[in-house]
Amino acid sequence: MSVFEAKEIGVSFGGVRALHDVSFSVETGEIFSIMGPNGAGKTTVFNLISRFYDLDHGDLYLNGENISKISPHEVAARGIARTFQNTELFENETVLQNLLTAHHTHRRTSFLSEMFFLPKVRRQDLSFREKVEDIIDLLDLQSYRDQRIDALPFGARKIVELGRALSLEPELLLLDEPSSGLNPEETEDLSFWIEDIKEELGVTVIMVEHDMNLLGQVSGRVMALNDGELLTIGTPEEVREHPDVINAYLGE
Amino acid sequence: MRFVLKTNYTQDINLFLHNGQRFWYGLLIAALIVAPFFLENFYVGELTYLFIWVIAGAGLMLLIGYTGLVSMGHAAFMAIGAYAHAVLFKLGVPFLPSLLMAALISGLLGAIIGVAALRMTGIYLAVATISFAFIIEKVISAWRPVTGGHRGFIVPEPVMFGLDFGSDLAFYFLCLVVVIAVMLVVMNLLRSPTGRAMVAVRDSEISAQAMGVNLVQTKTLAFTLSAAFTGLAGALYSHKIGMLFPENFTIILSIKLLMLVVVGGLGSVHGIVFGAVFISILPQLIAILRDFLPTWLAQRRGLEPLVFGAILMFFLMFEPLGLYGRWVKIRSYFTQFPLYRKSTFKRQKSYLRTERVH
Amino acid sequence: MDFISLGTFVQLLVTGISHGCLYGLVALGFVLIYKATEMVNFAQGDIMMWGAFIAFTLASYFGLSYLPVVILTIFVMALFGLLLERTIIRPMIGEPPFAVLMLTIGLGFVLRAIAGMIWGHDEKEFDTPYSIDPLILGQVSLDYEQLVVVGCTILLCLALYVFLRFTRFGIAMQAASQNQLAAAYVGIPVKNVVAITWCLSTAIAAVAALLVAPLQLIYPGIGFVVGIKAFVAAIVGGFGSLAGALIGGICIGIVEQFVGYAFEGAYGETSVYVLLLLMLLVRPQGLIATLQRKKV
Repeated sequence: MSVFEAKEIGVSFGGVRALHDVSFSVETGEIFSIMGPNGAGKTTVFNLISRFYDLDHGDLYLNGENISKISPHEVAARGIARTFQNTELFENETVLQNLLTAHHTHRRTSFLSEMFFLPKVRRQDLSFREKVEDIIDLLDLQSYRDQRIDALPFGARKIVELGRALSLEPELLLLDEPSSGLNPEETEDLSFWIEDIKEELGVTVIMVEHDMNLLGQVSGRVMALNDGELLTIGTPEEVREHPDVINAYLGE
Repeated sequence: MRFVLKTNYTQDINLFLHNGQRFWYGLLIAALIVAPFFLENFYVGELTYLFIWVIAGAGLMLLIGYTGLVSMGHAAFMAIGAYAHAVLFKLGVPFLPSLLMAALISGLLGAIIGVAALRMTGIYLAVATISFAFIIEKVISAWRPVTGGHRGFIVPEPVMFGLDFGSDLAFYFLCLVVVIAVMLVVMNLLRSPTGRAMVAVRDSEISAQAMGVNLVQTKTLAFTLSAAFTGLAGALYSHKIGMLFPENFTIILSIKLLMLVVVGGLGSVHGIVFGAVFISILPQLIAILRDFLPTWLAQRRGLEPLVFGAILMFFLMFEPLGLYGRWVKIRSYFTQFPLYRKSTFKRQKSYLRTERVH
Repeated sequence: MDFISLGTFVQLLVTGISHGCLYGLVALGFVLIYKATEMVNFAQGDIMMWGAFIAFTLASYFGLSYLPVVILTIFVMALFGLLLERTIIRPMIGEPPFAVLMLTIGLGFVLRAIAGMIWGHDEKEFDTPYSIDPLILGQVSLDYEQLVVVGCTILLCLALYVFLRFTRFGIAMQAASQNQLAAAYVGIPVKNVVAITWCLSTAIAAVAALLVAPLQLIYPGIGFVVGIKAFVAAIVGGFGSLAGALIGGICIGIVEQFVGYAFEGAYGETSVYVLLLLMLLVRPQGLIATLQRKKV
């Protein structure tokens, strides 16, 4: 069954067509990648799903529910988490606080009970903390736990951001160029983590990625975009060999 | 240097990290309880003012330091709190309900400004809040039947449960209780999801939304709370100054509050207290300064705003983490001696990349 | 409200437009700096006030005639802008925008206090060669001062538009405003661009000062009052647009005059603030929208 579906989505900015008539669906437990040259509209797809941009036409469905009109925080509440190309962390907070913030959608306490920090708020925070520690273990972030984000190297920030998205306990995870800015070693770790995320946590992943090796290793299917148009969808090998894709990257 | 061995997640949740902190804060509260019995009346009054500044500062710190929304018109909320309480109390509403209603009215007006502020960035908000403060000032001076306008409004003596709280001592304890309650509420909020949502909005609105934080709710709540606390401070302030005039709540007061949070240290609870202490002793400092200046300069009008402005500029340029930041630096200098490195606290500068689309 | 006669109507309109032009000019200074550096200079009004006092001093204490006063004032104020940029703005490059905002608020207070200490707090008058009997057209009497304000504003705006749109420097300025690092990479001296932008905006403030001085009495607080209204103008016009700043200023000037007339002078100023809050509730992006959300 497909967990996520985009039907003929399209958007333009000031007359420039950023995305035109793109349709795809993502199966439960799949790792679905989006590739394409710069300006192809990859991140735009993510920003449309996160509802940072309004769709001009088309619809988005999560588990059959139309999510093209809800507000950004409701997208998160429905279990879609994301990372950003150049990281958008809470810079002045520690790694721990960043990950805890991601539990916001699971908050069950009211403002009033938090004012007095009632026992249930304490219990809730402890349960958040335990889950956060699981993520910290998974991604080997122990040594960074109490460090502020602005003191971290870029590679570590990318991982922290992945951890923060996972802390949201998403059903669908959007990764925007997870390997950019990582060294080859870190990229290899990343490919294992993405496998773990799929196998152990059962999260469906949509990933924008340039690194062909990583793409080939982890993704089930790949969608190629160019100039906002869909070129093809298929296995990594099929897409790599597709004449339109070669054309888009190399030109004629 | 103290290393805290953490064996339990609750240690990170508790208000105090270790028993040493618990001891020192306990001692502080004990000292504040016995202090008025040993101090002259003048100093008891000054401490009461300090408490009122802490309450107002807590409100503004939540807004500026933790949610990243700059208000330059918080004097308006102090004014609303002060007049609302004074008028209600004079009309015969009992003391405590009147105090709470004043905070509530101020909070509701704050919520309205908060809604207007939803789609505004820093500058817009600063100007909107200044405008709001001007409007409130105008309303207070024009609404003579209720506020007395420029002729002033006499605040009745505080009476609670039939007891007179008009004496310096009784009012001191009243303010002490309120200040502790307010600080507890602020600290509780900051360690729970609400506080984390506020900080998330401060650091990255985009990310906050992607993590499921409702921007509308969080910003409105921050404004409401901030206005309510500042209104509460205003209500207590009204008894302290005894007679209310619109001139008590001008832009100078707003700047003073702004100075409180900047000088204290943005984004720290300690900063509220440090900042409040600073602005409480500032008039004395200015008086001392006057003694050192040549008479022709010392007697000029405008020395006070000059000093206010200069201090604000000084801290923003050279000590943006405020007095609390300086305190942390000094402390770590001694605890890490001789390993202290200046670069530990070096700020990272970023180059401008516009958020505008041309 | 009584029915307004045509004469009063035109007169209010012209007064409104001329005051509006002033607000627009000061707003232009805000917008220029904002466009180039994304910093907000809240002290712009107070810088204008200094310009007015410098002109006043040159004219009354040094007894200079009008033209030298104009040239010297603009020159001195441009230098003043350079000084401000060097001493307090440059160290703040790379700091969060609200820190700069609060810094300039502090600067405004300092400037106002120092002006009060030097020139005192009583109001001063400043005369010009065109401070002569008003022009009478039927029922309408128009002050030359007001006409000069409108004329100068139009000229200045045209010059500024050409400068920003067609000169190398103007284009460099726009580049620097969009991405400082990238602009530096392609060889634009970003620091100089920022410095010159400040010069330019204080020079514009000086022009505004020379125009406001004959129109109103000058006192240290005038900068703050005009500054806030100019800020409202910039917001009404949608921060980031030069034309918007001017249009916003004129809107505010007119509203202020008419509301002031309707309530017999009582609520003119307050109406400006009410207008702003309404504006922010209804159309927060301003009349001419340029701000959009951050790109990720």
